[in-house]
Amino acid sequence: MLDIRNLHVRAENKEILKGIDLRVNAGEVHAIMGPNGSGKSTLARALSGHPEYHVTGGEVLFEGRDLLEMDPDERAREGVFMAFQYPVEIAGVNNAYFLKAALNAKRKHHGEPELDAMEFMALIKSKSSLLDIDQSMLSRAVNEGFSGGEKKRNEIFQMALLEPKLAILDETDSGLDIDALKLVATGVNAMRGPDRAFIVVTHYQRLLDYIVPDYVHVLSGGRIVRSGGKELALELEKKGYGWIDASTGPGSSRAESTDATGAQPVGA
Amino acid sequence: MTQVAEKLQPWLSVTEGRPHTGPRWLQDLRDRAAARFSALGFPTVRDEEWRFTNVAPIASAEFKPAGADATLATEAELSGYLYSDAAIRIVIVNGHLAPGLSRTTGLPAGVRVGSLAAAVTDHTEIVQRYLGQLADFGTRAFTALNTALATDGAYVYIPDGVVLEQPIHLLFVTTASAASGPIMSSARALIVAGERSQARIVETYVGPQGTSYFTNAVTEVVAGEGSVLDHYKVQQESVQAFHVGSMHVHAARAANFSSHSFSLGGKLVRNDAAALLDGEGAECTLNGLYLADGDRLVDNHTAIDHAKAHCPSHEIYKGILGGRAHAIFNGKIIVRQDAQKTDAKQTNRALLLSDDATINTKPQLEIFADDVKCTHGAAIGQLDDDAIFYLRARGLTYFEARDMLIHAFAGDILDRVKIEPLRVALEAELYAQLARDLAELDAA
Repeated sequence: MLDIRNLHVRAENKEILKGIDLRVNAGEVHAIMGPNGSGKSTLARALSGHPEYHVTGGEVLFEGRDLLEMDPDERAREGVFMAFQYPVEIAGVNNAYFLKAALNAKRKHHGEPELDAMEFMALIKSKSSLLDIDQSMLSRAVNEGFSGGEKKRNEIFQMALLEPKLAILDETDSGLDIDALKLVATGVNAMRGPDRAFIVVTHYQRLLDYIVPDYVHVLSGGRIVRSGGKELALELEKKGYGWIDASTGPGSSRAESTDATGAQPVGA
Repeated sequence: MTQVAEKLQPWLSVTEGRPHTGPRWLQDLRDRAAARFSALGFPTVRDEEWRFTNVAPIASAEFKPAGADATLATEAELSGYLYSDAAIRIVIVNGHLAPGLSRTTGLPAGVRVGSLAAAVTDHTEIVQRYLGQLADFGTRAFTALNTALATDGAYVYIPDGVVLEQPIHLLFVTTASAASGPIMSSARALIVAGERSQARIVETYVGPQGTSYFTNAVTEVVAGEGSVLDHYKVQQESVQAFHVGSMHVHAARAANFSSHSFSLGGKLVRNDAAALLDGEGAECTLNGLYLADGDRLVDNHTAIDHAKAHCPSHEIYKGILGGRAHAIFNGKIIVRQDAQKTDAKQTNRALLLSDDATINTKPQLEIFADDVKCTHGAAIGQLDDDAIFYLRARGLTYFEARDMLIHAFAGDILDRVKIEPLRVALEAELYAQLARDLAELDAA
């Protein structure tokens, strides 16, 4: 589904990603972990087409098409979804109105009829209970005055509504208490399936207790320095990121040189 | 003779030709106003109140007072501005009531909605008590000019305790036959709301699109004790026209006055809104939304004078500017020594759609009491890139995202309009104008 080859990304005049290779197949959940500043969020934002993240080398294929050629909105309509680390507050835009516009933009793109207000409300109702989205969250302005937990739930709710092929969760767990974390995880797990892939960017192993990944990759210094199964996350939790840096040295190793945990080989 | 004085000469001839009819007190009022105008002359940019608004194009244009010919406007021409068939309305053409275009049947007993000139004769006591009393022309040349020249206008009187269900619509039209050359109209309104009365009043200012003319408007509002007035000003003049309008409000104890100003047309526009909170517990809301593009200028000056204790005031002004448009916002809040427990909140925001649009904005707080709450905030800027990206990341195109944000910006004020047909009409007009502006931007 997603094939990242030797991706280099600059942001704020600094090279952040220095050659990322990663292949994600339909049905898989990949966790991207790493210390602060390792480039985790840069990877997520570059994949979503954020204008401040400039791809300076490499390529990204999404279902065989050049993802980097697409505008951010086209990526979204084609089925790439990013749950924001910091969801943006949009004053004056009603959340339900926004969700309907987003959903219909996608439906139109795929030649499907747009949903009218009645159909949309029915859909909302069927999707909202899982994430404990109440009426007030729908009738307020997008993310405005939402608590941290409400914002993240709203992101996952959007994902549930838009049913992307590839969902990228950018530190969705940061700042969540355990109850909110469980809600978010339940929402994500309900959407796991053979046709959908997830990239879960997180600093902490905790989220992965609830969203169990198929693969874990560790980013350091803008490169994937280690890949493995879900055990890798536990090992990281125990030993800390210092262990990665000590065992590989920053930038000393490529993801190809991975372990014996049976993870798929990554990279080209 | 200075250049300024030379420019004034034709205007002095105009004020010389002011009406010399009516009761003595009214003639005195006009005489004093004419003398004051002559002494003041037009304001210049050296005048702090007019620092960014150069009225030389008005002063040098030699507008002629418009004739009182009601046949110049027809119902069909005005259909786009009538909002709702149900409303009580009077149409004032070139400052004079046009009875054929007005609908005032079914008014509750004692309520007056009609000609100000008629009220001078048959509602003399009230008109004499208030006309020219709130709209002080001591330092205001345009108000003096209007007071000297206005011969008729709109008169609204709501007796104590009367609650009007239907909105009252005052439609001011400035129009002339092609042959008459550039004209000016002196639009005048006096609104007197008795104790505990309640009403919704819309003032609309229009003229034929593409024509150049000058509307000089003055509105006085007396909000009696405990009255509730919901007021709207819709300025939709021709984009070639000049509009200088001021509203002066006196709010008595526990009165609740709110006004929403929508400034959509005009080439050079100045709106003044001034409210005196002159009784404990009086409450005032002054909101506004303005739109300008091309090389148009729109200047909003507001003044809320807290003279008594326990008065809350709320103010939100928002502007959307494209092209090389220039906007000015000046929000004065005065809190007098006796006005303890004042709670005044002022916000003004402007959205600049082009790099060449400019705004000068100034909150002006003059506080003489010590136990008060006054907040003000201004935010000027372009569209929020983060918000645009967020919407795009959910599948909306750049243009869809931009339009959604602009509509949300304006919707914040539009949604406060409590007269549904008016809100719908304003929304349609605003969004149509925005669509034109944005199409121009995209083409550039």
